[in-house]
Amino acid sequence: MQDIAAHVMDIAQNSVRAGATRIEIEYRESRKEDSLTVVVRDNGRGMTAETLARVTDPFFTSRTTRKVGLGIPLLKQNAERTGGSFAIESREGEGTTVRAVFRLSDWDTPPAGDLGGTVALLAAANPGIDVVYRHETGRGAYVFDTREIREALGDVPINNPEIAAALEEMARENIRDLS
Amino acid sequence: MEKIKSLSDLKRIKEQVREKLDLREKSEQADRLVQIKVAMGTCGIASGSKETMSYFIDHLAENGVNAIVTQTGCMGYCYAEPTVEITKPGREPIVFGRVTPEKAAEIIEKYLKNDELVEGIIPANYQSIQ
Repeated sequence: MQDIAAHVMDIAQNSVRAGATRIEIEYRESRKEDSLTVVVRDNGRGMTAETLARVTDPFFTSRTTRKVGLGIPLLKQNAERTGGSFAIESREGEGTTVRAVFRLSDWDTPPAGDLGGTVALLAAANPGIDVVYRHETGRGAYVFDTREIREALGDVPINNPEIAAALEEMARENIRDLS
Repeated sequence: MEKIKSLSDLKRIKEQVREKLDLREKSEQADRLVQIKVAMGTCGIASGSKETMSYFIDHLAENGVNAIVTQTGCMGYCYAEPTVEITKPGREPIVFGRVTPEKAAEIIEKYLKNDELVEGIIPANYQSIQ
């Protein structure tokens, strides 16, 4: 994965497939702690302890279309090689939380990438899911919340291409101010 | 055009879109939309499917294509990512492989606007993936 945004999109797709109705994503950059924390939390169907123990194995997947599952192993590898950490918690029927911490000053920490575009596309492609994204840096925080967005849109669907393009721009502009 | 930054900017866009939607509903049925599904598995994302999806979203309206763009998972064609499944109303879905933004432009121009097929179709005993 080339950037953090690609990881976020990837991990969030797991939440979509787990039948989540709510996905919370956090991105937090802290110079003081020399850390970049990414959290993806969902209320999907969760996993049994047995499955959970195997998700970081690249040769394990719940899919039937192919035999490898690289999303989580790649994120774990990328975070850990910067001197950061990776954790995943899950309860069956309650949801899953993935947390990756990168060391901000490390060479191998990937660039943030297009987080605004990623979150907007995720929201537009999944009209039935509440997506809440919080972006925090030393300059402040921005929250992108599809519940208030849907309220603002009224009867115009969030997956209308022009609305999706507007959402991309809105999220990108706000995030750019914080970088 | 002014930048979109707040919810009130978004509401402004919404009003513009709503006017167009109202016009459209009078002339066409809602189920006459083209469905575009961009594969967003790990393989797709690593190959740049997000840029492909953005390209479709940003260029459909200006080309006069009424479509809805969604995401799907990996369809098993990891070698040909980014893959995109396009369903025109009343037709069988077609899967296109290696859809870079340049290829997406060609698909919009040829397949979506003029109904010509383009290279890069993945032939398959196809089953839709939910």
